[in-house]
Amino acid sequence: MSENEEKIIKVNELNPNFKYEIQAQPGGENITRCFACGTCSAACPVREVNEKYNPRKIIRMALLGMKERVLSSDFIWLCSSCYTCYERCPQDVRITELMNAMKNIAVKEGYIHPSFVAQMEALNSHGRLYEMGEFDNKKRVKVGLPPIEETAEDTKKLFKQEGVDKLIEFKEGG
Amino acid sequence: MKYALFLGCTVPVRALNYEVSARKVAHKLNIEFVDINDFSCCGFPVKSVDRDTFLLMAAKNLSLAEEKGLDICSLCSACTSVLTEANKELKEDEDLRKGINKELSVLGRKYEGRIKVKHFARILYEDVGLDKIRENLRVDLSKFSFAAHYGCHYLKPSEIYEGFDDPENPKTLDELIELTGAKSIPYEDKKGCCGGGILGIDEMTALKVAKTKLDHVKSAGADAVCLICPFCSIMYEGSQKKMEREFEAEYNLPVLYYPQILGLALGIPQDELGFRMNRVKPREIIAQLS
Repeated sequence: MSENEEKIIKVNELNPNFKYEIQAQPGGENITRCFACGTCSAACPVREVNEKYNPRKIIRMALLGMKERVLSSDFIWLCSSCYTCYERCPQDVRITELMNAMKNIAVKEGYIHPSFVAQMEALNSHGRLYEMGEFDNKKRVKVGLPPIEETAEDTKKLFKQEGVDKLIEFKEGG
Repeated sequence: MKYALFLGCTVPVRALNYEVSARKVAHKLNIEFVDINDFSCCGFPVKSVDRDTFLLMAAKNLSLAEEKGLDICSLCSACTSVLTEANKELKEDEDLRKGINKELSVLGRKYEGRIKVKHFARILYEDVGLDKIRENLRVDLSKFSFAAHYGCHYLKPSEIYEGFDDPENPKTLDELIELTGAKSIPYEDKKGCCGGGILGIDEMTALKVAKTKLDHVKSAGADAVCLICPFCSIMYEGSQKKMEREFEAEYNLPVLYYPQILGLALGIPQDELGFRMNRVKPREIIAQLS
C-alpha cells in the first residue's frame, strides 16, 4: 500500500456506531460535543514532545467511526492522565476520562497494551504494583518504618469476579 | 488529628524518604497516622483497563478506613485523585453505589460513603493550617530557593476537589514552601506534568516530558525541586541520570519531598528525614545547614 493510500479514509470501512459505543461507556458520554477547536492538543504535554499523540485527531477519528484504527493503535495509551485538556476543554468533552473509556473498550476488544497486562499481573500477585518482599520490609524496618504484610487475596478475588484475571491468562497463553 | 495513612504502591517500596519524613513531620505537628495493613493498590492503574474493577478497588480501600471511622491521608497524588473521585461518584450515585456494593460483598465489605480523602499537603494546609505550622518552626531556610512542582493529580480534575486551590494558578504548595522562609521561585511551565503516567508505555516520550521541566527548573536556578508525589520523584530524581545520558544534559538537581523540607524547618534532625535515600544527594543544602 502506498503512503497515500494508507492515509485515505474509506467511508465504507467506517463504523458510524462507534461514537455511540463510546458514549455508552462511563467517561465517554460527551464525545459528540467536540467541535475540534484543538485546545486539548495545544495544552497536551505529551503532544508537545511526541506527534503520535494528538487528542484532537484521536477524537476526530473516533467520531468518524475509525473503530479498528483507534482501538488497535498505540496512541490511546499515550495519554499521561494529566487532566490539563480536561480542565481547559470549552465543550466539557472530559477528554482524560474519554481516553479511559476508549482504553476500556480496547481492552474488551482484545487490544490491551502489554504494559497494562504486566501491571494487572503484579496487582493480582501482590495486591500492589510492587512486591512487598522480605528484602523490602528489612529496608523499611531499618529506616524505622513499620513492616507491611503483603495481602493480595482481595485483589485476586475482585479480578476473578470481574474477569480481569482473563487478561493475564491471555498473555500467559501467548 | 487522626488519619488512616494510605501508602499505595510506590511510596512504601520506592519512596521511603517521603514516608519517613511525612511520618516525622506528622508526629511533630500532632497528627496521628493509623496504618491499615489491608490497604492495597488504590485502583489507579485499573482505571485504564476496567472501570468497575477500579471502583471496586477504591471502594474496598475506602471501606477499610470507614470501618475505623477515619479520614484518609494519602501521600501519593494519584491515589488521592482516584480515591477522591471514586468516593465522590459512589456517594452521589445511589444506583452505582448499590451495584458496587453488591459486587464488593464477595470480600464481605460494604462502602458507605462516610469518610473524606485528602492529600498530606492539603491536610497541612487546611487541617493543620499555616499559622499552627509557623508556631513550630525552629530553623530558618531563607537561604534556599525551591521549585514547587504541583504535579497533576493533587489538584486535578478540579471538580472532585471542592474548590481547593486553583489548578491554573495554584498557590498552596508555594505557601507551604515559603512559610519555612525559603523562596518558591517562579519558573516556566510550573504546572507541567512529569510524564510518569506513560513511563511504562513509551519511556522516551515520558522522559522528554520530564526533561522539559528539569530544563526550566535548572535555568531558574533552584536549589532543588520540591514535590509531593512519589511518581513525580521517580521521573525527576529516579530518571535524572538517564535523562542526562539520553539528552546529553547535566542537571545534578536535588529533588526533595516537601515533608523533608518542612522537617528541616521544624528542627527535625537531618538524618531522620531520609536524605540518605535521595538518589541525587542534596549535599549543598545539607552543608549550608550544618
